[in-house]
Amino acid sequence: MSVEEAAARIRAQGESSRRLARDPVNQAMINNWVEAIGDANPRYAEGVAPPAMVQVWTMNGLHGQRAADDPLGAMMAVLDEAGYTSVVATNSEQTYHRYLRVGEHVSASTALESVVGPKRTALGEGWFVTTRTSWYVGDELVADMLFRVLKFAPPPSARGALRPVISRDTEFFWEGTKAGELRIQRWGDVLRHPPGPMPPDGDLDAKPDWVVASGRGTVHSYVVHHRPAVPGKQLPFVIALVELEEGVRMLGELVGADPAEVHIGLPVTATFLKVDDDLTLPAWRVAR
Amino acid sequence: MTAAGTELPELVFDVTPTFVISTALATRDFQDVHHDRDAAVARGSKDIFLNILTDTGLVQRFVTDWAGPDALVRSIKIKLGVPCYAGDRLVFTGRVASVEGRVAVVEVTGTGQLGAHVSGTVTVELAA
Repeated sequence: MSVEEAAARIRAQGESSRRLARDPVNQAMINNWVEAIGDANPRYAEGVAPPAMVQVWTMNGLHGQRAADDPLGAMMAVLDEAGYTSVVATNSEQTYHRYLRVGEHVSASTALESVVGPKRTALGEGWFVTTRTSWYVGDELVADMLFRVLKFAPPPSARGALRPVISRDTEFFWEGTKAGELRIQRWGDVLRHPPGPMPPDGDLDAKPDWVVASGRGTVHSYVVHHRPAVPGKQLPFVIALVELEEGVRMLGELVGADPAEVHIGLPVTATFLKVDDDLTLPAWRVAR
Repeated sequence: MTAAGTELPELVFDVTPTFVISTALATRDFQDVHHDRDAAVARGSKDIFLNILTDTGLVQRFVTDWAGPDALVRSIKIKLGVPCYAGDRLVFTGRVASVEGRVAVVEVTGTGQLGAHVSGTVTVELAA
């Protein structure tokens, strides 16, 4: 079921059943609230509840659980399942039809108003989920609230690099970068890069070994990457296809170079970018 | 008589850890990010931070401190911006956007050290 279909189903259920507040409106909770907020309005010392407290009366409490028919909880579960695992509140719009007085006992019910998305946001791709909660004393509507959250998928950390898939055919290469060596696969007299499982002539009995490249080469081709963003990289950056003096071509980032000075034929040398204990990436520097 | 364009007196809150925690508990919001620094940091925050029910309460106080105890608050609509962490200083500013009869719409902004933490409008019926 798509997010839209699930949202339509939850919306169609309408208002949840009314949950009665744990306690009637009472002076003790009002006193705590005005003391914490620092509100000296004398009206609140005389049995009138601050209107902004309306949601407080029906909060779940320390060990509270959402009601089984709570549409916000149901919608959050759908979006968690779809990979939108983080949540941040964006809007609260409370309307007070009248002030509450000590002794009144409110109940609340919630309906799903809308689910809009997916949207690109600064936090990541996500959906805006809007609910409407209504508070009642008996059957009298005393207040309502539109509450909107953004449920989003956080982008991968900017600190993390994209990682290569390392197979039995390529692990010698990545062991080499860790050791500060640029290793080129060799099948008899033939050098080959990227490394593969078979020699160019298709001999299934052949076994490769490798040689260590000098690391010297020239830029055969390159791109300057301006966007989109790439995890772990500052934009723009240069990716160069380098023709090594051994005769194979190899890709890597050309670091420390002004994109404007990069050109085909530029002499470069290999360098190594240590990401962590398990991964070192090969890269290039301009030969000086 | 209040006129559109009237500026409200600034209101400043020093958001101490005690303030964050006491307002979270007074609003019965027991989410750990509002009272447990280690839990807040583990979830990617710098420190514990103010909860939304408190923002609504602070916005209400800012407007009724100006409008007086006999004013009636009809609605509080807020949009949340950057978090307000313990150790921050929150400054509320506002101006009357419109007046119709006794009903004024006040635009409010609460700004912390990271930028606009909360902004919105309060509709208030002023005392006769």
